Amino acid sequence: MGTTASQLGKDLLSEYQELTFLTKQEILLAHKRFTELLTKDEKDLPNTRVPAERILTLPELKSNPFRKRICHVFSTSEQKDGSLTFEDFLDLLSAFSDSATLEIKSHYAFRIFDFDDDGTLDCGDLEKLVNCLTGETDETRLTTEEMRQLINNILEESDIDKDGTVNLSEFQHVISRSPDFVSSFKIVL
Amino acid sequence: MEVDSVFYTDHSGRVHNNPLLDQLPSYQSLLYRRKSSNSGTKRRSSSRGRSGSSGSGKWGVSTVSRREEKQKSQTVQRPIRELPTTVAEKRRHVTQRLEEARELSSLRQLRQSTRRHLRRLRDDAQAWLSWLKLWRGDIRLIEGMFGTGILSYFSFLRFLVMLNLIIFVLMFSFVMLPLIIAPHVSGNITYTQKVGSVCSEYSGTARRGLVNFHEHITDLLSGGGFLERTYLFYGYYKVDKIHFPKATYNLPLAYLLVTIAYLFLSLIWIVKRSATGFKRNLIQDEDRFQSFCNKIFAGWDFCITNENAVRLKRSSLLYELRTDLEEERIKQKIADRTRKERCRIYLIRLILNLFVIGVLAACFYSIYSATIFSQKVQMDNIKENFIVDLIYEYLPSIVITLANFVTPLLFSVIINYEDYSPAFEIRFTLMRLIVNYCDCGLAKWWGQQEFAIPQNVLEIVYGQTICWIGTFYSPMLPAICTMKYFFIFYIKKVSLINNCRPATRPFRASSSNFFFLAVLLIGLALACVPVTFSMAQINSSHACGPFVNYNTSWEVLPTAVSELPDRIQKLLLALSSEAFAVSFFVVTCLAMFYVIALAGAHKRVINQLREQLAMEGRDKRFLIQKLCQAQRLSAIKSPVSKSQPRRSSPSYHTSFSNNFNEAVFLAHSPPASSTHV
Repeated sequence: MGTTASQLGKDLLSEYQELTFLTKQEILLAHKRFTELLTKDEKDLPNTRVPAERILTLPELKSNPFRKRICHVFSTSEQKDGSLTFEDFLDLLSAFSDSATLEIKSHYAFRIFDFDDDGTLDCGDLEKLVNCLTGETDETRLTTEEMRQLINNILEESDIDKDGTVNLSEFQHVISRSPDFVSSFKIVL
Repeated sequence: MEVDSVFYTDHSGRVHNNPLLDQLPSYQSLLYRRKSSNSGTKRRSSSRGRSGSSGSGKWGVSTVSRREEKQKSQTVQRPIRELPTTVAEKRRHVTQRLEEARELSSLRQLRQSTRRHLRRLRDDAQAWLSWLKLWRGDIRLIEGMFGTGILSYFSFLRFLVMLNLIIFVLMFSFVMLPLIIAPHVSGNITYTQKVGSVCSEYSGTARRGLVNFHEHITDLLSGGGFLERTYLFYGYYKVDKIHFPKATYNLPLAYLLVTIAYLFLSLIWIVKRSATGFKRNLIQDEDRFQSFCNKIFAGWDFCITNENAVRLKRSSLLYELRTDLEEERIKQKIADRTRKERCRIYLIRLILNLFVIGVLAACFYSIYSATIFSQKVQMDNIKENFIVDLIYEYLPSIVITLANFVTPLLFSVIINYEDYSPAFEIRFTLMRLIVNYCDCGLAKWWGQQEFAIPQNVLEIVYGQTICWIGTFYSPMLPAICTMKYFFIFYIKKVSLINNCRPATRPFRASSSNFFFLAVLLIGLALACVPVTFSMAQINSSHACGPFVNYNTSWEVLPTAVSELPDRIQKLLLALSSEAFAVSFFVVTCLAMFYVIALAGAHKRVINQLREQLAMEGRDKRFLIQKLCQAQRLSAIKSPVSKSQPRRSSPSYHTSFSNNFNEAVFLAHSPPASSTHV
């Protein structure tokens, strides 16, 4: 099942309402923005998959340093190229919506931050994460010494079982005590 | 097969292909996080093979075993949307649930469907309510451009608009409304009158005769002239009682009680709003200003869309991280301080703080003496030349402005010598500025300014404090304040978007919310002082207002109480007696101590549990490694699996293996030969 043409059927709409955290208006707006990304012939096909480059032209994602990771995480394509169908797009918006639970948000945040997709946040992931946050150029990176100190602090705060990595439950535990997470992990069209 | 990092071992490499790990209960709970509760009904767990939901197979539910499904089927069903899977997966869940539901009794089906409908109704209601929220679109725009830090200022403004509106509604419905509807409901109004007093006539500054047009405008802007005899001011409510057909309405009592009520309401609302922030601040580690994890994991505002803002946010994050790392190094240095150095620093701090207090006291005294002097001069009516007159008239304002200008500069110089950590510096300076709030930073007049949050917040808190004090004398003041904040929102928004760039000094949304409300609470406390003083001590006017017949405003209450029936009077007197107050105070203190002790106990328990968790993690890793060792050894011993590579685990060597007599296998059948390590 997927989207057909430019209109979203009523049953589909209520189904999406039940399966995601989005309201009706948000789903309709998402549909509108998604169809704007499609080319003319693609509009008639059901279940079109939009390549990542076009998704990344959305203004909400364009300047986000995590945009590539976001597309990768929410993509259901077998080639792992970051392309999204409309339902993947809804998944994305649902996880980033206002009413999503902390659990959902922290789950997806973990996956986004897990750069090597191995299920844990180890030193390499954390280093890439910090570099994403501060900037990619040389002047905007922390020195090796500072990075080491920072990663040590992070692991000290979040690694409960002291295995040198942060797994999902440890991450969710840290996030639950972090007051800014819910308000900052938000994308609204 | 999936790899769980709980069992990730540093030394011997990843533990692959181990079905034990998947079956451990803790791992199952990791995947689904369901609270298991026995619903009591048996549900058929359909063993559908779920194809991988995503290419990143570690997170797909493709490898969930049958056993786990059976476990699941006994759990309470959470809403589908809370599952962290794709829409397609959730759809399959829904069909599965529908299949299962068909087997249930009709009562259960009904219950489930009603639950679903109620949930949908609630979602629609919430969506509708949030659509109504004031300024939703504007705030979202600001969020996109500047992040959540500055957003907190605007949501603070919104809160104040609502608060003032509610206060106005309160004042209006209890004080103004009876007066307005009295003629229409055939109510009889008795006016207050003080006989035989010299001051019982007030002519006011109402202009007589031909009035110039521009004087109306000045009156409108300054609140004098014709406005004096309107609902705007306290003097208009010269009503003693309103006799309605069924009851008598005591207006002075209502006036007094509404004043107390709105102060109380503001207190409760602010405390309630700041309660969440306060709880968070308590839970968080007190040592750090902000923990590193919060900054890294929750540091990025995903709602920022502006390219410029992104660049600035990145640099501010970099700056913040560097400062925090620096601060940590400083803290280390402080911990290493010798005794002598510590004494020296404390002495310096003490002297400088005394100096600061002295400066503030001098400011207050100079303002006070300037006001007295100015008033005396005006009363004596000495007329010198024009400029000197002007100076005398505006002397208090000049002194205040000078004080406001000089003190922040002084404080910023002083704080350099006090050698606090940077975070503490900011808060301390803000606290000192509250005493003498100001609008400093003349140097930032040209070019793009930063939106200076502390100053802006102090401005509106100052305004709100004045509003609270003034509402007692001008019941329509909250309405004026509401409109004022309304306009301020749009003005600030326009100036923000057009003139300001995002702050380079970061401002955290969460702690700033709490901090703004704390400052507002201080404002409320400051406002209560003049109001209570004027209610209780200052003699009310003999000429106008509701309290003409009484000595002080407060006297209405005892008079009204004395008119109540005897038993209620006795009860009220008992409630206000010293005995009751003291015992109430003692009980409150006891409750507070109990809660503090409880919190301390909880903290200890949490620490113990953390240590236990770490220990359990280590135990688990150790056991799994031994298990794998034993399995490998037995696999090598059995003839089939000779191809299994021998993995070396250097850390957990044979020192423990002597105690390990039996191999415990959770999933596989026991090997042919007895195990021997």
